[in-house]
Amino acid sequence: MSVLVFADSSEGKFKKSAFEVVSYGKKVAEQLGTAFTVVTINASEVSELYTYGAEKVLRVSNDQLRTFNAKGYTSVIQQAAAAVNASVVVLDSSINVLHVAPMLAVAMQAGYASNVVALPSEIAPFTIKRKAFSNKGFSNTTMNTENKIIGVAKNSYGVHENPVTGTSESFDVILSESDFGVTSEKVEKASGKVTIADADTVVSAGRGLKGPENWGMIEELADVLGAATACSKPVSDLGWRPHGEHVGQTGKPVASNLYIAIGISGAIQHLAGINASKVKVVINTDPEAPFFKAADYGIVGDAFEVVPALIDKLKAFKAA
Amino acid sequence: MKILVCISHVPDTTSKINFTENDTQFDTNGVQYVINPYDEFSLTRAMWFKEKQGASITVVNVGNATTEPTLRKALAIGADAAIRVNALATDGLFVAKQLAEVVKNGGYDLVLTGRESIDYNGGMVPGMLASLLDYNFVNGCVGIEVTGTTVSLTREIDGGNETHAATLPMVVAGQKGIVEESDLRIPNMRGIMMARKKPLTVLEPLDIANATSVQSYEKPAPKGAVKLIEADNIDVLIDLLHNEAKVI
Repeated sequence: MSVLVFADSSEGKFKKSAFEVVSYGKKVAEQLGTAFTVVTINASEVSELYTYGAEKVLRVSNDQLRTFNAKGYTSVIQQAAAAVNASVVVLDSSINVLHVAPMLAVAMQAGYASNVVALPSEIAPFTIKRKAFSNKGFSNTTMNTENKIIGVAKNSYGVHENPVTGTSESFDVILSESDFGVTSEKVEKASGKVTIADADTVVSAGRGLKGPENWGMIEELADVLGAATACSKPVSDLGWRPHGEHVGQTGKPVASNLYIAIGISGAIQHLAGINASKVKVVINTDPEAPFFKAADYGIVGDAFEVVPALIDKLKAFKAA
Repeated sequence: MKILVCISHVPDTTSKINFTENDTQFDTNGVQYVINPYDEFSLTRAMWFKEKQGASITVVNVGNATTEPTLRKALAIGADAAIRVNALATDGLFVAKQLAEVVKNGGYDLVLTGRESIDYNGGMVPGMLASLLDYNFVNGCVGIEVTGTTVSLTREIDGGNETHAATLPMVVAGQKGIVEESDLRIPNMRGIMMARKKPLTVLEPLDIANATSVQSYEKPAPKGAVKLIEADNIDVLIDLLHNEAKVI
């Protein structure tokens, strides 16, 4: 028995969520008193993982997996789990890994708990806390199977340093033609922009901005904060902003450290998608906007005055 | 083309979330149930296949008899037949295994689902179903075209989209984008009348143990009141975000 973590990388580089799941997996291995291994696919430099407790890293290098392939990734993790006799596999909640996790559960005949927000509260029976009801509740779930897959919700457990002297070795995998039944034809990706999934801060704006021509200040505020830009559903439906920026229940989920909502009233469908964010700031002219009830900090005021002032003050703060 | 659309019966987004029986059960009191929004996008895309390419649509749900109005609504929107597997859906792998049995017996070419349900948000049934059947699988689908057995799909990724090619049979988990919100259909009176006459078959479940079980539920800790800052006092906000919230 041992614990295996898959540390996902993009273009060779790890994201924060990789460090979060390594931090988490290390602790679970300690709770269970078992060995701990991390597997990577086409990562260029794995030593960063040692900072978070990765004692042993398996490096998989495979040209067929330069672009993400769900079945191929599933097969790699399954082979790594078999090699280290892992019965617990810890994964993150990125779009790609959410694609892989349920397939891996079937391949390993494992129970799968997604949206996990804390370390196991008990290990016999194995009990973990999960988000449910679009962040309006939690469930304490026991996992009844020998093999277990834990999907850690983004930005829930956090990144914890736990430096170890790690070693890494190359790990050979065998992929078959049937792993490539779904082939990637084309990837279209905005380059050089912070994505909503990766951002520590998200600056989001709604219909209160009155028109797409007014988004300059939103982008500038996001630039100053190193943030991703997002928008409410009506704004994407009106075509003011691209669909990929829509956050909320039927759009992208947000679990950032800081979420700034400008001119968004805070409909329940919007809140359902963003309420996993840790700190929420609301700027709205309407003091009765429902978003103020869900926010940590609020300014009742006109975005066209508040946002430029906020940009100036933040620039001064950053320069200081 | 034979299409199966998997439908979750979920509390409407505006529902108050409460728990009963010592926090071991979801409180259904006063809760309105709807077709899971993600599933509704996929059902609507299935309707386009039916109307433009002559597909047949069966909808399926794993649930007890209280979910039947949701299946009837799907029939009223335009599905041809419904199946209910008579079991409580409390674990993803359990549900996927029940659905896999339905797919095997029905010989469906394309299984459409939503990306996740808005109640338990597990996001696991579609991928598990595909793996159990050894079908191709695409998650988070925002566009699908089928020509013969060739499928062209677009999937949402971080910061963009990815286009895929695959062949039937396959499982596709859709989300907004596979159709737009404005494409969703409200059943009309004729649809509702016709739905009453369409077949709704009840199947008994396979006897399988749950891989996971919920022991108890919790509500999030109550949130403190918002701190309001004067619009002409932005330094205070920056100070709070830096020193109190520690997020900048």
